[in-house]
Amino acid sequence: MIILFFTALLLAIALALGTMAWRRGRPLFDKGLADARSQFMHLLPRLLIGILGSGFLAHLLPRETVLAWFGPNSGWTGTLLATIAGTLTPGGPVVGYALGAAALKAGADFAQVIAYVTAWSLLTLNRMLTWEMPSMPMGLIAVRVIVSLPLPFLAAWLTMLVR
Amino acid sequence: MPEAPTAPSAGPRRWYQRIDWGLAIVAILSFGSAGYVFVKEGPTLWLQILMEDAWLFASILPKVGLGCLIGAFVRLLIARETIERYIGRGSGLPGLAIAGLIGMLFPAGPFTIFPLAVVLLASGADRGAAIAFISAWLLVGINRAIIWEMPFFGTDFVLFRFLLSMPMPILLGLMARAPVFERLSPTLPAPREPGGGA
Repeated sequence: MIILFFTALLLAIALALGTMAWRRGRPLFDKGLADARSQFMHLLPRLLIGILGSGFLAHLLPRETVLAWFGPNSGWTGTLLATIAGTLTPGGPVVGYALGAAALKAGADFAQVIAYVTAWSLLTLNRMLTWEMPSMPMGLIAVRVIVSLPLPFLAAWLTMLVR
Repeated sequence: MPEAPTAPSAGPRRWYQRIDWGLAIVAILSFGSAGYVFVKEGPTLWLQILMEDAWLFASILPKVGLGCLIGAFVRLLIARETIERYIGRGSGLPGLAIAGLIGMLFPAGPFTIFPLAVVLLASGADRGAAIAFISAWLLVGINRAIIWEMPFFGTDFVLFRFLLSMPMPILLGLMARAPVFERLSPTLPAPREPGGGA
């Protein structure tokens, strides 16, 4: 139900933006469509491989290990491990999300997966090396990393609190 | 300031530079584990897992497509200068909130976001606002969530994580404003705008 509502909302936003672009002229509208199509075609194989893979991966992940390291009783050690894993995960979004989803299916605790996704979002070394360091001053990156370090723990703690 | 650090120098890119390593890792993991399950557990279970994931994939596709459309139109309709003006202007807590909100709504890739943050700093935003902007894009970027995170985790997980993470860019911006960080990332003098508004 909520998913259907959400899709309808997205459709409404896309239609509104499309109308705005159309009013600004046909070339802009066409460029929007072309950009969207090329991004979609870029995403399609990645999502397909990632999603199909995470199902099989979840089946193969050693359940005992996942439970021991990231399970409901893994506590702060689990959060720390999830944070380190998030920081070290290589590759773009497909890798991070596919691994996180596989771990969740294989029995990892919800809070630890939230910590993993938070750590991956804020701190992954891969993104820092390829995108952040070439384009931003080191001082700003250092400040960003220092203030972000506690965030995965805060996210996991809040999740446990709310649940 | 490099716009997009792709090929390090001019000249044809070598074959190993053209490979998307993220995709290669996922492909090896995916096909490897699919093959292993097929051999080890037999075709029945293999087909069952495949059908579950294929259904998930199919059900998420409309949202991914709409996410791409929204992203493309927003990028075309909103000029980069508009964003610079809004974030550069804000100060105090509202400044952080605006920076966070724009980071959350603006659909762009890493090749745009980080250089844009540097431009924001140069045009008068403080390091708190710049970090709130980047963090919001990283943590609660709506476009990213729709086209990348939802396909893997589903709507409930993403909505929960979003509600939880929404205040975090502002918190990070506040922490980044702490005077101890002044040495690491000094505040630039505000550029004087002749006859400019507040």
